[in-house]
Amino acid sequence: MPEPTVAVAAEYVVAADYFQSYSVVGLLAAVGVLFVAIAFGAGRLLRPEVPTREKLLTYECGVDPVGEHWAHTQVRYYVYAFLYVIFAIDSIFLFPWATVFADDGYGATTLVEMFVFLGFLAVGLLYAYKKGVLAWT
Amino acid sequence: MNDALDVALRLLLVFVVFLTFPLIIGQTEHKVMAHMQGRLGPMYAGGFHGWAQLVADGVKFAQKEDVVPAGADRRIFQLAPAVALLPYLLVLLAIPIGPGEGAVGEVIDAGIFFVLAVMGVGVLGSLMAGWASANKFSLLGGLRTAAQLLAYELPMLLTAASVAMAAGTVSLVGILDAFQWWWLPWQIVGAIVFFVAGLAELQRPPFDMPVADSEIIFGAYTEYTGLRFALFLLAEYAGIVVLCGLTTVLFLGGWHGPWGADGLGWVWTLLKTAVLAFLVIWLRVTYPRLREDQLQKLSWTLLVPLSLAQIALTGVVKVVIQ
Repeated sequence: MPEPTVAVAAEYVVAADYFQSYSVVGLLAAVGVLFVAIAFGAGRLLRPEVPTREKLLTYECGVDPVGEHWAHTQVRYYVYAFLYVIFAIDSIFLFPWATVFADDGYGATTLVEMFVFLGFLAVGLLYAYKKGVLAWT
Repeated sequence: MNDALDVALRLLLVFVVFLTFPLIIGQTEHKVMAHMQGRLGPMYAGGFHGWAQLVADGVKFAQKEDVVPAGADRRIFQLAPAVALLPYLLVLLAIPIGPGEGAVGEVIDAGIFFVLAVMGVGVLGSLMAGWASANKFSLLGGLRTAAQLLAYELPMLLTAASVAMAAGTVSLVGILDAFQWWWLPWQIVGAIVFFVAGLAELQRPPFDMPVADSEIIFGAYTEYTGLRFALFLLAEYAGIVVLCGLTTVLFLGGWHGPWGADGLGWVWTLLKTAVLAFLVIWLRVTYPRLREDQLQKLSWTLLVPLSLAQIALTGVVKVVIQ
């Protein structure tokens, strides 16, 4: 039974490639972390350190800071955040689909699917627009 | 052994590009902005037209005291610049500059996906800085950064998907192999949307609301000094390199040139990237800053619908020619 062996071997090769390319990414990340660590370490040796109370105050244009450091803010665009999450998760599915949609035997069917997908997104956007989510005064 | 040497060389090359290209763009920005505004720009440092200005800046930054405000979240505050900077280093690894598998730091099969995901992490650095500074201006800047990411990540994602559809692959090398010259007009809307959204994600003018110096001092970076501030600046310019490189690879054909000169592919890539970087600087000098709500509106009512239309166009054309 030679065929299965070959198939398994090929699979191993693919997996090895996969891990190799990402291990290089990991290596580069290690280089980057090393660079930042060395920069911070060297910076510590090069710079003076003379802290005073005034220096460590929160900067508010030169006058004494007013109130708490972490201020309450009204996040006006939180609805955008929901919109974004919905849209972004939808669009992720475009990528695997994009690689095969025009292959033999898909063609017209997947094209119709695409318009259904775009239709959903467009209607969602239109709804948000009509609701006045996309404008604030 | 040879393999290890090869990988080490590639990593070294990517690292050198990461350290030099942003500086070249920074210096170009000094000079180009100056000339567009009818002045000379730096002329003293280094003698010839102030070429060493950024080196001098670097020396200055390294010697400055590193102040962490008493109220700040110390660890997060100190870590933020690294988080903002390193993603761009990783993205550079995946950008092909010439034909074949030899002219790229490392071939990553899910290239587009990897690149977009990693670029998104960079914004986290600004958010960390904004929150950890315990400063009202920083917090406002951080929140604006978040809003901007929410608005502009989406058109970027959609237009990148359009290119993936055109090429039938998500590998950056594969996309360039499949590229034809007529993709240029076919994907032009996507290219513009991608570039504009990328500018917004880098918080470059006219989308620099999060660091608007005339209202919130310097946004999330207000409390930073010295080396850590320099790393944030480096991240911005590394971001320009990455954005221009990606736009070149995805939409402008990367190493493809009109005369098909063999062995000169990398020149085309660098040339296109440089022209786009010039455009980034030009836009900074030309346009006033958008207000926060105008910024959101531009993305949701113009860029997102345009990118959806581009996907529809790409799908139809691709199926028809198949």
